[in-house]
Amino acid sequence: MAGTTIKIGAEDNNKRRSATSVMPSFFSQTPVSNPMGTEANATQSSRLLDYGVLEQYLGFRVGDSSGPRFTSTVDGRLSSSDLHSQAFNMTHPSTSTLLPGSQAMQFHKSLAPMPNIVSASSAQHENWGDSNMTDSSSHTDTSTDVEPRDKNLQFEMGQSAAVVISDYTDKSEERTQDQKTQRRLAQNREAARKSRLRKKAYVQQLENSRLKLTQLEQEVQRARQQGVFIASTADQSHAGSANGALAFDAEYARWMEEQNRHINELRTAVNSRTNDAELRNIVNNVITHFNDVFRLQGNAAKADVFHILLGMWKTPAERCFLWIGGFRPSELLKLLVNQLEPLTEQQLTGIFNLQQSSHQAEDALSQGMDALQQSIAETLATGSSGSQGSSGNVANYMGQMAMAMGKLGSLEGFIRQADNLRQQTLQQMHRVLTTKQSARALLLINDYFSRLRALSSLWLARPQE
Amino acid sequence: MERIRDLASQKAVVIFTKSSCCMCHSIKALFYDLGASPAIHELDQDENGREMELALRGLGSNPTVPCVFIGGQFVGTTKAVITLHVDGTLKQMLINAKAIWF
Repeated sequence: MAGTTIKIGAEDNNKRRSATSVMPSFFSQTPVSNPMGTEANATQSSRLLDYGVLEQYLGFRVGDSSGPRFTSTVDGRLSSSDLHSQAFNMTHPSTSTLLPGSQAMQFHKSLAPMPNIVSASSAQHENWGDSNMTDSSSHTDTSTDVEPRDKNLQFEMGQSAAVVISDYTDKSEERTQDQKTQRRLAQNREAARKSRLRKKAYVQQLENSRLKLTQLEQEVQRARQQGVFIASTADQSHAGSANGALAFDAEYARWMEEQNRHINELRTAVNSRTNDAELRNIVNNVITHFNDVFRLQGNAAKADVFHILLGMWKTPAERCFLWIGGFRPSELLKLLVNQLEPLTEQQLTGIFNLQQSSHQAEDALSQGMDALQQSIAETLATGSSGSQGSSGNVANYMGQMAMAMGKLGSLEGFIRQADNLRQQTLQQMHRVLTTKQSARALLLINDYFSRLRALSSLWLARPQE
Repeated sequence: MERIRDLASQKAVVIFTKSSCCMCHSIKALFYDLGASPAIHELDQDENGREMELALRGLGSNPTVPCVFIGGQFVGTTKAVITLHVDGTLKQMLINAKAIWF
């Protein structure tokens, strides 16, 4: 505003902090939403500037080409207004380029003898470089914002140079005071800037971690779908069963590796037509090795019966055709019979009988399982009649649960019997067949299961519309 | 013990069970499927049940039920029965005891 020397006091811009107590004070108003040009800022600010300082500033700024051009005109306040418009690269508040802090620092230092530079920081400062990290409430006398204020500062000084020159010719004793203040302010600003940068970096880190977390979750989901067992965090509350399940899965994986080794050994032996005795050895090894997995399963069933019963460690396709935690012996025999020819009469009878026996045993066990389910269902379904008192109901409920719990306990027994059946069937098969036939049978069984597993993976990986 | 022996020799196939035991149900189903007609004695329905159970345990039956006797001879519990069945021995025993004929 032409002719105004000092502008103190209430101004329209409510973002300006009222530092009216300070006589020579700078008020920088660069409101965020103010669409007016920088000229508006000029009209809202009072600039008190030592002319000598201004010269210094001018000298400093001319070489400074980082800022954008100051576009609006200063209306005749400064004789050197043209120079100012060149030198004082001001930006409209809404543009985002800004003077680097270090430059501002130097700038401030060169302006040491300046009076209190008070700029009320405004939300506009945030737009100027910190991605909305700082809050807009730092309307302090010693505001810690750095760059935008410096810009304002330059602008203000440029604007009001002529206006304020006459007011500061005899403030020498204040200058020392101001020097200290300037230094303090500058340090505050620097600290604030560093703090903002740290905060920004931290938030960036958090964002990256979040992204990574989502990616990992997706991977786990995909892997789970493909049948890989991954313990969910929810399972860990049931420490015992989770440990049992995890331990079994690990043991099973190890068993699979060993089994593959045995099978490869068997395959080589069959292909290279090893002598009978050695072949028998290898075959015995394989069959004994089967016993290991049944034993492992039995132990695991004690810790976590549902894990075994539901075949959680198997691939989905295997799980689909599961029978009490494993394969159906009669089914397996059916697959083998055709491929083991030629078989003698005796062998044929033997295999046929074995098929029948295992089938009968399977039926018996399946009926037992059905009876168990029926029994548990009946236990859970009875009761909850409203005629009894509430305490009676609770006792009823507890009794029901206790009974049902007892019945669930027999699941483990069924798994044990089923595994025993599988084991016995394999051994009997070995007895009926010759060594070579046994060897082929074992290879066929192994191939069947590995193909079933491959099928499972293929199915899960199939392209879906 | 005497009661056990007594009951066991009354029929070709005698099975001691408990009404709450589902594995007993399995064994019963197996013998029916084979064509045998076992005599079923439910220990929890018998007044001497407790003693009988102890006697069975003394014979080595673990779990005590189901416990199978064929031709008066102690055969064993589920695991034994299934094992014998798979290798064909069970059927032979039944034939020998005249519980089945083929």
